[in-house]
Amino acid sequence: MTKMSKIVRTIASIAFPFAMIYGLYVIAHGHLTPGGGFQGGAIAASACAMILVAFGSKWTLDKIKEKRLSVFESLGGIGFIAIALLGLVFGAAFFNNFLTGSNFLFGTIPATGSGLADINTGGVLPLMNFAVGLKVIVGLFVIVLVMAYAATSFKEDKK
Amino acid sequence: MTFLELLHIIIPILIVAASVVAVLLKDLLAAVIAVAAMSLLLSLEFFILQAPDVAIAQAGVGACLTTAIFIIAIRATKRMEGEV
Repeated sequence: MTKMSKIVRTIASIAFPFAMIYGLYVIAHGHLTPGGGFQGGAIAASACAMILVAFGSKWTLDKIKEKRLSVFESLGGIGFIAIALLGLVFGAAFFNNFLTGSNFLFGTIPATGSGLADINTGGVLPLMNFAVGLKVIVGLFVIVLVMAYAATSFKEDKK
Repeated sequence: MTFLELLHIIIPILIVAASVVAVLLKDLLAAVIAVAAMSLLLSLEFFILQAPDVAIAQAGVGACLTTAIFIIAIRATKRMEGEV
């Protein structure tokens, strides 16, 4: 797939960081606000898909390595299961929230009542949101990337 | 009738209208944009039905990613319907 006009490429370059940061914000605040790993990952993956549509699959495939994308997606899935198994090791059961109540990472008990939410709460939920977000970003981006690559080779076959 | 009840009447009508336009259009790129508009209106309807989680997922997947996939598919094939 060839790249689009210069206007589209400039606007995509400007809009990409905002969309990406919004998606990462939805992932990072998944335990406080609406959204979570899947929703934020879908937003961040659509930012990557915008770059892919604007710049073309050839340019994008030059910039990234497909093997590394597979490693990242596996890392998301393995991280989710590994955190769930750590609950079996440190706590009582699979998916046990062993971090909450401890004064470690994300370990604070939230104050009751209305007020500003504390990001440092939730135990293992933010970590699982990060794992799901990584898997969803890379998985959805790979779907669009494979579609664009297949479209390129299909058009070259017809010529 | 409150403003929210009015929105509950207007937005489904617009969703149906966008879907009918998407079926009737011969230009496939315009039809894809109509489907994206339908998806965005559906996400707004989810939001005013107090399901913001579903609304974010619908806006991300329905309005962005499927539109990108459809545009890639149209660029690989023909833009107008019936050319073959």
